[in-house]
Amino acid sequence: MAAAAEAGGPGSQPAAQRRLRILSGHLQGSPASRAPEAERLLSPSQCGAGGAAERPVASTIPKKRQEILKWNGWGYNDSKFIFNKKGQAEFTGKRYRLSGMVLPVLKEWMEKTLGASLEHKITSRAFLNTSDVPPSIVNEEFLQDLRATTISYSREAEDRVFRAHGHCLHEIFVLREGMFKRIPDIVVWPGCHDDVVKIVELACKHNLCIIPFGGGTSVSSALECPADERRTIVSLDTSQMNRILWIDEKNLTAHIEAGIIGQDLERQLGESGYCTGHEPDSMEFSSLGGWVATRASGMKKNIYGNIEDLVVHIKMVTPRGIIEKSCQVPRMSTGPDIHHFIMGSEGTLGVVTEVTIKIRPIPEYQKYGSVVFPNFERGVACLREIAKQRCAPASIRLVDNAQFQFGHALKPQVASIFTSFLDGLKKFYITKFKGFDPNELCVATLLFEGDREKVLQHEKQVYDIAAKFSGLAAGEDNGQRGYMLTFVIAYLRDLGLDYYVIGESFETSVPWDRVIDLCRNVKERIVRECKEKGVQFAPFSTCRVTQTYDAGACVYFYFAFNYRGISDPIRVYEQIETAAREEILANGGSLSHHHGVGKLRKQWMKESISDVGLGMLKSVKEYVDPNNIFGNRNLL
Amino acid sequence: MATAAGRSRLGAPMYSQKELTSKKRDEFEDILEERRQSSDLRYAMKCYTPVIYKGLSACKPSAIKNSVVQSEQVQYVIKQLSKEMGESTDIIQEEAIEILDEMGHNLHIGAIRFFAFSLSKIFKRLFQRVCVNEEGIQKLQQAIQEHPVVLLPSHRSYIDFLMLSYLLYTYDLALPVIAAGMDFLGMKIVGELLRRSGAFFMRRTFSGNRLYWAVFAEYVKTMIRNGYAPIEFFLEGTRSRTAKTLTPKFGLLSIVMEPFFKREVFDTYLVPVSISYDRTLEESLYAYELLGVPKPKESTSGLLKARKILSDNFGSIHVYFGQPVSLRTLASGRINWCPHNLVPRHLPQRLSEDIQEFVTDIAYKIELLQIENMVLSPWVLIASVLLQNLPAIDFELLVEKTLWLKGLTQAFGGFLEWPDNLCANKAITSSVALHSNIVSLVNGQVVLNDMGMEAGATEELVFKQALSILMCGAYRNQLLNVFVRPSLVAVALQMTQSFRKEEIYSCFNFLRDIFSDEFIFFPGIALKDFEEGCFLLTKCNVIQVTPQEIIFTEKGNSVAAFLAALFRPFMEGYQIIGRYLSKEIKEAFTEKQFILGIRNFAFQLLETGSTPCYEVLSSDLQKNALAAFVRLDVVKKMKTTNGFTYTVNKEALSKTAEMFDSQIPIRKLVTSRL
Repeated sequence: MAAAAEAGGPGSQPAAQRRLRILSGHLQGSPASRAPEAERLLSPSQCGAGGAAERPVASTIPKKRQEILKWNGWGYNDSKFIFNKKGQAEFTGKRYRLSGMVLPVLKEWMEKTLGASLEHKITSRAFLNTSDVPPSIVNEEFLQDLRATTISYSREAEDRVFRAHGHCLHEIFVLREGMFKRIPDIVVWPGCHDDVVKIVELACKHNLCIIPFGGGTSVSSALECPADERRTIVSLDTSQMNRILWIDEKNLTAHIEAGIIGQDLERQLGESGYCTGHEPDSMEFSSLGGWVATRASGMKKNIYGNIEDLVVHIKMVTPRGIIEKSCQVPRMSTGPDIHHFIMGSEGTLGVVTEVTIKIRPIPEYQKYGSVVFPNFERGVACLREIAKQRCAPASIRLVDNAQFQFGHALKPQVASIFTSFLDGLKKFYITKFKGFDPNELCVATLLFEGDREKVLQHEKQVYDIAAKFSGLAAGEDNGQRGYMLTFVIAYLRDLGLDYYVIGESFETSVPWDRVIDLCRNVKERIVRECKEKGVQFAPFSTCRVTQTYDAGACVYFYFAFNYRGISDPIRVYEQIETAAREEILANGGSLSHHHGVGKLRKQWMKESISDVGLGMLKSVKEYVDPNNIFGNRNLL
Repeated sequence: MATAAGRSRLGAPMYSQKELTSKKRDEFEDILEERRQSSDLRYAMKCYTPVIYKGLSACKPSAIKNSVVQSEQVQYVIKQLSKEMGESTDIIQEEAIEILDEMGHNLHIGAIRFFAFSLSKIFKRLFQRVCVNEEGIQKLQQAIQEHPVVLLPSHRSYIDFLMLSYLLYTYDLALPVIAAGMDFLGMKIVGELLRRSGAFFMRRTFSGNRLYWAVFAEYVKTMIRNGYAPIEFFLEGTRSRTAKTLTPKFGLLSIVMEPFFKREVFDTYLVPVSISYDRTLEESLYAYELLGVPKPKESTSGLLKARKILSDNFGSIHVYFGQPVSLRTLASGRINWCPHNLVPRHLPQRLSEDIQEFVTDIAYKIELLQIENMVLSPWVLIASVLLQNLPAIDFELLVEKTLWLKGLTQAFGGFLEWPDNLCANKAITSSVALHSNIVSLVNGQVVLNDMGMEAGATEELVFKQALSILMCGAYRNQLLNVFVRPSLVAVALQMTQSFRKEEIYSCFNFLRDIFSDEFIFFPGIALKDFEEGCFLLTKCNVIQVTPQEIIFTEKGNSVAAFLAALFRPFMEGYQIIGRYLSKEIKEAFTEKQFILGIRNFAFQLLETGSTPCYEVLSSDLQKNALAAFVRLDVVKKMKTTNGFTYTVNKEALSKTAEMFDSQIPIRKLVTSRL
């Protein structure tokens, strides 16, 4: 199916659907992917949530996640970068556009940029050694009560380990080489809101600690179990609450269970001709509830808005009871918006069970694009102007030179001489004829969406503005590849880890006038810290502007280095990341634009929101969850 | 005490107590040697391709000027002024452009080559050697590529900035743009030539002129941000007439630091440069100035007249480029950045208190680094010895004492360049010969010129003698900042006539405070200074320190006597000024009146022979003393419509005078750390 989608070419059909198909690949609706459940199956009869409940729908991700997802890395088991027998990089599987392709220059790039070498390989252990796993300690009374509810649960080591982590570097490192000190004692799979109510009641009754689990894509140590937690830790996996309960076409809203993951949500809405348009880079795996709990942001927020603009109603189960509004209205003036206590609460207050979210008809037409700028400064100035004129396309991203070159390293083998000739010609035109310095130029990738006519008009407007900043249109292909990269980049880290390269991404938001300075200073700080910490190879440190707003932008950094010769790479890595975050704050950037705080960035909360601000949040926590049932200790 | 001990500031000088003497400094290379052997013309026309800052956005001086006028900062001030004065913004903008034209540099390779050629000729005639530490040059070259660089040389002569540019040209480094005083502009042609070789000019005072300030600050910051060229200016603000390092000015320093504070640059390097002269070109001019004979205005014809200087020999120059200091490293952990994030960066903002304190500390730190690397010539030692043995001293004795002082200087960490290839006699003879305008060798005696020839003291004679002493004093002064800490401990020990550590410390603290315009002390670390002084004296076997007490050793008394005598002109000078204020002053006075009054008062004392302290005639000392009295609340300074007036608080004055004169222990303070 993915192949069929590609043949169509961009813009030739409802493109959002096409993109989703690319993402979800062959797994769509495949019955084989639904795993036989180890314990009790959930009984749908008990979960007749309000409205015309639809049948439970098969999710792309099974309950036993490890059956199709890597237990010690990112994404699907079948998709990964490898070096084939010829020593060329290749991306396996069939799910992505890049799948099955050979990337002839990636190896050279890794050698040149990171000093990695194929001879120095370090492999993860192949299997989880269940004897290393901390035992599951659950008291019998609770188990009896739980069994009485018929809610599905598991105490198997694999299930528990899988829910003990997100995707921070140190977490993946532990999976590859060590073991977590503390992991959940039991995993429960509520099937609906009422199940969650029961679980929370039981947790209060038996004084347990609940850590909600959605898609497991956190990069803020939010899922890490506090090592000193003495109570039984219950991982509450929302993945089985994944139904679209109703769609209201008059008001363009849909009421959805919070466990649904992004790709399922868009696919199912797509069947009725709608979408939410919320597409965070993790949308293949992350869940609606997770988006709400972390204040997520989607790639196409310029049209659809971020999660706070999208939600109309939230239902959350807390130890104190259920919190929700009494109506589903576009806006209300009833004191501080209680949704804002929920959004960004990062699982410290309760579990989001159901969300009413805005939906839109699937756009008729979608088109990628790209613009080359002579340097990053010009590019930022152009993005600023586009934001000022409020004519940003659905998505606009500006990558710096290092990332531009990185993108080239991921170019698949060219099929024909003609294409490579064309590429050569393009390069000649830009560098020789237009005089762009290949080590300075940077590229903006664009995604337009809407009516065909309006898209074309919009496209022209944006390219006209770009021209004023010496931007040259550089084709749809470059644009599309740019967006594809964000989905495979996480896979690339696993490849790096095999060759002594560790890396991570982090993000911030910053006022327009400080974007350039912040980018330069943070990158420079990383280079300097690496040197000081004894990193033997120059680090790869690069950034892109990924979102534009009226008053500022979101900036995303990648940072990786070769750690050969360093005894404690993770500690060094963390010190450098801390320094980079301090640099961001000193440059007027925020603690986080959309990744959230978790436990990774807690230390800066006070300075970020003031003593009083922190006190306000604490008093909310104190009231809602006085016994700290939701004890993941994020945020505060 | 609390103030001294309580504040432990980051960035305070670390007295590396063990390494002081063995401290490794770079070797010097004489750059004139090559000039004497190869063609100056070829040298001036050589291929000049300096390394540049890696983040340089190349642009012409005119483009810089344009971006300054168009900058948000300047436009903001223009709009504000327009609103306040009801003038149109265009007119004010015109004004801004004029200011820029008056100020701006116009770096031009032709002018540089012209200078390279003519300065080669001039320097070769004036100086025997121009010595540079090439390791410092290498570090500077590295620094220039990494981050914007600010050169902070000491300022003893007009030669300073010519020499610095000349050196950078010689070593193929980017020529600095230099903040120079506006008075140069009066010199026709030369002013323009200086401008073309990278000087930009600032008015001496412009605190009230907001437009000027905005344009000037933005101009400097633009050059820092672009990494256009190293910026150079003098922390001391003006040439030190006394060869003592002047207390730093903070205005320009805070401007060049601002791009870093606002994170417009990743870092900025501050490079202290110490330039020392065997013989200062302006030595007699300075002495006249200090005695109140007005300074001739800089003019081209004046410069031509100065050509007769060209036939004279001015010995060697030592230029020491210090280790580049990273502003980021200094600031790390010291400054809360949050306030900067809450105001748009182009708005003029008052410096927060912690930033002001930081700027102050850095300024002192850099000056102390300058002092540390300032080369001391044998003549400096000779002058110090001679001034304690007026009017003349046996040559043999002079040699003996100078050699003794050499040992002491080295023990105190002074950077002495002693001609090791010569025997002491020869070294001293040649030094004396170099300074034959000040001293002469007559019948085996070294005599200060104009001294003790006639008995009848007329005003003219006093003046002449003062001139010689001030000229000689300017060389002794070079020793003082190295000696000040141990010396003030010794003086305090003598004054208190007690052995109790805390009493000695409080006396030291009093002296340190009163002399803080005279000598360079890092702010807020009196206790550290005291301990440093004690350490050095202990090391030289002058004192013994027990947990409670400090006592002189047997041998120590003579050293202490020397150290006390070294600083006696200042002690006595301040006492005389105190006496003048208490006796002669009845009503409010201006600084001018004060200078005139004290001068007459001092002349009388000197003519009657009631004091040997000629140096009280130095207007530098007079002004410093007045400032010290103001700081101690002995004199009250008030702003009036035309300047400041001063009134004396007699009660406070007599108390202070008592402390100065007396042997009585000074106020008892609770000491926790002693």
